[in-house]
Amino acid sequence: MSAATLPPVAASPGYWAGVLTRFSREKLAIAAGIVILLIILAAIFADVIAPADPSKASMLRRLKPLGTPGYPLGSDELGRDMLSRLIFGARLSLFMGLVPVFIAFVIGSLIGISAGFFGGRFNTLVMRTVDIFYAFPSVLLAIALSGALGAGITNSILSLTIVFIPPIARIAESVTAQVRGMDYVDAARASGAGSWLIIRAQVVGNVIGPVFVYATSLISVAMILASGLSFLGLGVKPPTPEWGLMLNTLRTAIYVQPIVAVLPGAAIFITSIAFNILSDGLRSAMEVKS
Amino acid sequence: MHPAAHPHPDELKALAEKSRAVKLLPNADRGGPATPLLSVTGLTKHFPLARGAVVRAVDGVDFTVKKGETLGVVGESGCGKSTTARLIMQLLDQDAGEMLFDGELVGGLELPLKEYRRQAQMVFQDSYASLNPRMTIEASVAFGPQVHGLSKNNAITRARDLLAKVGLDPARFAGRYPHELSGGQRQRVNIARALALSPRLLILDESVSALDKSVEAQVLNLLLDLREAFDLTYVFISHDLNVVRFMSDRVMVMYLGEIVEIGPVETLYAAPAHPYTRALLAAMPSMDPDRRTEEAPLAGDPPNPINPPPGCRFHPRCPFAEALCCAVRPELSPVGEDGRQVACHINTPGARHSKAPPALEIIP
Amino acid sequence: MFRYFLKRLAYVAPVALGVSFFCFLLVHIAPGDPLTSVLPPDASAAQQEEMRKIYGFDKPLPVQFLLWLWKALQGDLGVSIATGRPVALEVGKAVGNTLIIALLAMVIGFVLGCLFGFISGYFKGSWLDRLSSGIAMLGVSVPHYWLGMVMVVVFSVQLGWLPPGGAGPDGSGAWKWNWEHVRYMILPALTMSVVPMGIIARTVRALVADIMAQDFVTALRAKGLLDRGVLTHVIRNAAPTALAVMGLQLGYLLGGSILIETVFSWPGTGFLLGNAIFQRDLPLLQGAILVLAMFFVGLNVLVDIVQGLIDPRVRRQ
Repeated sequence: MSAATLPPVAASPGYWAGVLTRFSREKLAIAAGIVILLIILAAIFADVIAPADPSKASMLRRLKPLGTPGYPLGSDELGRDMLSRLIFGARLSLFMGLVPVFIAFVIGSLIGISAGFFGGRFNTLVMRTVDIFYAFPSVLLAIALSGALGAGITNSILSLTIVFIPPIARIAESVTAQVRGMDYVDAARASGAGSWLIIRAQVVGNVIGPVFVYATSLISVAMILASGLSFLGLGVKPPTPEWGLMLNTLRTAIYVQPIVAVLPGAAIFITSIAFNILSDGLRSAMEVKS
Repeated sequence: MHPAAHPHPDELKALAEKSRAVKLLPNADRGGPATPLLSVTGLTKHFPLARGAVVRAVDGVDFTVKKGETLGVVGESGCGKSTTARLIMQLLDQDAGEMLFDGELVGGLELPLKEYRRQAQMVFQDSYASLNPRMTIEASVAFGPQVHGLSKNNAITRARDLLAKVGLDPARFAGRYPHELSGGQRQRVNIARALALSPRLLILDESVSALDKSVEAQVLNLLLDLREAFDLTYVFISHDLNVVRFMSDRVMVMYLGEIVEIGPVETLYAAPAHPYTRALLAAMPSMDPDRRTEEAPLAGDPPNPINPPPGCRFHPRCPFAEALCCAVRPELSPVGEDGRQVACHINTPGARHSKAPPALEIIP
Repeated sequence: MFRYFLKRLAYVAPVALGVSFFCFLLVHIAPGDPLTSVLPPDASAAQQEEMRKIYGFDKPLPVQFLLWLWKALQGDLGVSIATGRPVALEVGKAVGNTLIIALLAMVIGFVLGCLFGFISGYFKGSWLDRLSSGIAMLGVSVPHYWLGMVMVVVFSVQLGWLPPGGAGPDGSGAWKWNWEHVRYMILPALTMSVVPMGIIARTVRALVADIMAQDFVTALRAKGLLDRGVLTHVIRNAAPTALAVMGLQLGYLLGGSILIETVFSWPGTGFLLGNAIFQRDLPLLQGAILVLAMFFVGLNVLVDIVQGLIDPRVRRQ
């Protein structure tokens, strides 16, 4: 609408303005958001921030404790600087947590919305397929797919995407089925709008919010699973820094430098819990019922 | 928030003229004044349930709606009123039967569904559920015209015009969201939305039933004024017999998916012919202490559309039921001189019912 | 009830078939010729030919699937590449070990989860609620394999109370019910119990808070009467759902234990899977996953049926 031809009217703050107001009251979620932002920034600017080269090994300085000069967070089993490796590791760990959820969010929403809106046999077919994937605990499904496809970042992302499509599709389907029964969808149909226009203009806006909130709650799971795959040797290959893989290679070091050895896991834990708190905050700000 | 009073009828007329002069969406009379606006024959909708059971929601109804009139539809819940409304609006596909709109087959070559939907619109009962919570009300009203090819600016302009016509100052209300309005205001928005395509037929499915009584009266008056200003024809569905009497020219009484009686409002209310209509009207609360209802007007099982009884569907509850009523379904047939039609053996001349009038003499 | 039972079975049959098909496909989505995936790399040409015939790799996919399914139904899941022993035998041995640890973890998780959940729901909004909700939140966010490592660091390395891994003092894997053996279970079971604890706590909290918000409880509280009767009511209403959630969590534990078993070298299915992945032993991977998924499907049906027995409303849905 251009202001040149239409007189302005008193505008109400829209839904998203309300979400912003409510979110600003969620102190914990904002703190979690800041933590995530810092981790993302650290990952992006790893080259600038990291004090040392993450792959520079030193046989003389293996498994140094915290606070060793030049190694603020100690060194790993090959004498590489832990802090730098943790900072660089954030790149892949975040990437492998976020990308599968994002792809699954797009594909799962498409599948779920069309199944929920069109119903009938198409819906039965889609939802029965989803049921089959629900018969696998997510860890098992991810490991089965990754195990069969073989190690590698691409395969890990592919497996995790497949793991997350069914639950997202199921949520999108159930929300869409509710929206489809609303009178405003009938009213739009009575205006002569076709199915695709109704989906675009009337359904998506009401469905995408709850599905998005659900998808954000999966990021933490995705990060844990992705690191878990690397921990099993299915994800990233050494010497690439990635938190799950670092945890794996440091496993035997727990007898020598226990605190240094569990640091990568602490990084996963902090990121995962921050995403969970942020997701909870979003849920209440967007007034989505669980 | 007080719902703003809507414009004076003369003002409305002027606005309506203006809107027609713009010729945004011309919906001209095509069949001439004698052709009914809507003519329904054999309309049927059955909903299958599990294990072979079938809900006979609407079971072969025939009726017409004349140009410019208001046809009231009454009946208990479950009688098929709302299904009929959704069938007329083609939100449901009928299992059998057809509809002629101004003489043209709905969904046929001359009047494809999208075209028909410009001419017939509906206002739903739940004012909140019928507005998209994520859209401003002007966007909701402008949606229809945009579907039919109006530019966004023109559609919004039109939406604001219509909001003014239903008594909502666009400068104050156009940018609001549904949850910021009262029930009456939301229903005004829904009326504006229904009018946005310049329809000729408006289906009002319990559209005022959920409103407070004072608000209901305002909206009813608005509807009467709009009917004048826009030359509208209404199908007015309600369970409230007083409101139907106030609004309608003719009334159609439904029972378990069938029409039992149809006729002009005044004579039908004064002298109901079908035992069910009689019972229904007797159950109406009255302010007059001399006309108090002292006996329960309806006895027997409440209606269940899943397994309707054979013969006349009303016979299990009818005080005049006889063997004939249990076996033979009475046809809707003309009675008297006021254009009344009734489906009851008592009113069918020559029927084998003890109260039926004798067969008509055929004058050679 | 019988009808409900049949309905559940009719619903689960296609799911079970789909699950089998998925497991069957695992060998086929692996890069390269499926034949090389099920044979050791040094297999002779004669062995290859024999395998090709047994698996029917020259036949169309649906036929292969039926052949495979027929053999699986008879308990023949193929032969492990690494050990040369039948997969069914390997998996059968491991499943017992996983069940023991999963059940123990389940009991711990259920008791603690109910406790935290009940406290949170009963004193909703108090600092106790915030504390135990916080613990539940940590429970669902923690990477459990890392928690396992931390447990080892604390209880084995620093304190020296419990062994860091394995399934018995002699390393034979033979199980005995005595302290020498049970010691080995405590850390993995505790680690595994964290996630179900968090989830059960959340469920119970919501259930209890719901019941506490009901009008009759409010009325009793207004009168100053909040006695054992209310408590019994709360427990009776919350129990079926909590039990159902527990049943499902047991299924997740069976399948999800792989990482924890790897950390603790516990000789269960997870450990087996870890080895199968490490050695690219696809028949073993396929067999173990099929068995675990079927356990999960069966457990789901069992939970549904038990719920149907307890609560007639479930049956009518």
